[in-house]
Amino acid sequence: MNLKQVQKTLDATILSTTPWEDVDVHSACGCDLMSDVLAFVKDQGMLLTGLVNPQVIRTAEMMDIRVIAFVRGKVPSQDILDLAQSMDMIVMTTSYPLYTACGMLYEQGLPGNVRKEQP
Amino acid sequence: MNNNIITLHYDIDGTNFTIAGQASSNIKKVLKQLGVDPAIIRRTAISMYEGEINTVIHGKGGVADIYISPDQIRIVFTDHGPGIADIEKAMQEGFSTASAEARELGFGAGMGLPNMKKYADALNIESTPGEGTTVELIINIHS
Repeated sequence: MNLKQVQKTLDATILSTTPWEDVDVHSACGCDLMSDVLAFVKDQGMLLTGLVNPQVIRTAEMMDIRVIAFVRGKVPSQDILDLAQSMDMIVMTTSYPLYTACGMLYEQGLPGNVRKEQP
Repeated sequence: MNNNIITLHYDIDGTNFTIAGQASSNIKKVLKQLGVDPAIIRRTAISMYEGEINTVIHGKGGVADIYISPDQIRIVFTDHGPGIADIEKAMQEGFSTASAEARELGFGAGMGLPNMKKYADALNIESTPGEGTTVELIINIHS
């Protein structure tokens, strides 16, 4: 899915200055627990989270995730944005809560990037 | 990459959790510059980052020594924190003794050591309660 469609679907505000309009994402995950992102996310894609701190950016960096959407209207501080910018990440914020934002993207055809774990 | 072993050393600040991850970030860049396979870089970055976070959360800071040879990446974390009383228990998914601060930042879910084991080719832990912990991670470049 092109990020223009993502931005429109989530009615999101782009907070970074990295060029984004020609970027595509092929999967996404919604998670507030960075330990789980590190443990279970299989593919590079987009991260939706309500957690706002520099470790979100570091986690995305380690996972090769380039696009982060902060939900529930959260806006990261400038130092967090600068850290993301230094890694050419694309950061956006949406007023929708995590579950709704994920559902809207899923409905538009963006699949999850966490495969079903065995119980 | 030549046949020499590249050795790198990082001090890990145990007092500022917000800057944790800088050493892992640097190693990721070094491996990229060396032309290491992206899948190996990813596995190294994730397991080292978990180790770095653990050194901050549990070890109260320490050092990381990294040895990169053509065949493998060896990462050794050393701290003088409280140590691990029961390593077997610490390896269980979900078991955690992390602080509320660590949990607020998205960690402390008891996935650190299991993740390191999952992404590295070898994980060796030596710990003495009251003295500290040494964690060795080995990632084979040609596995």
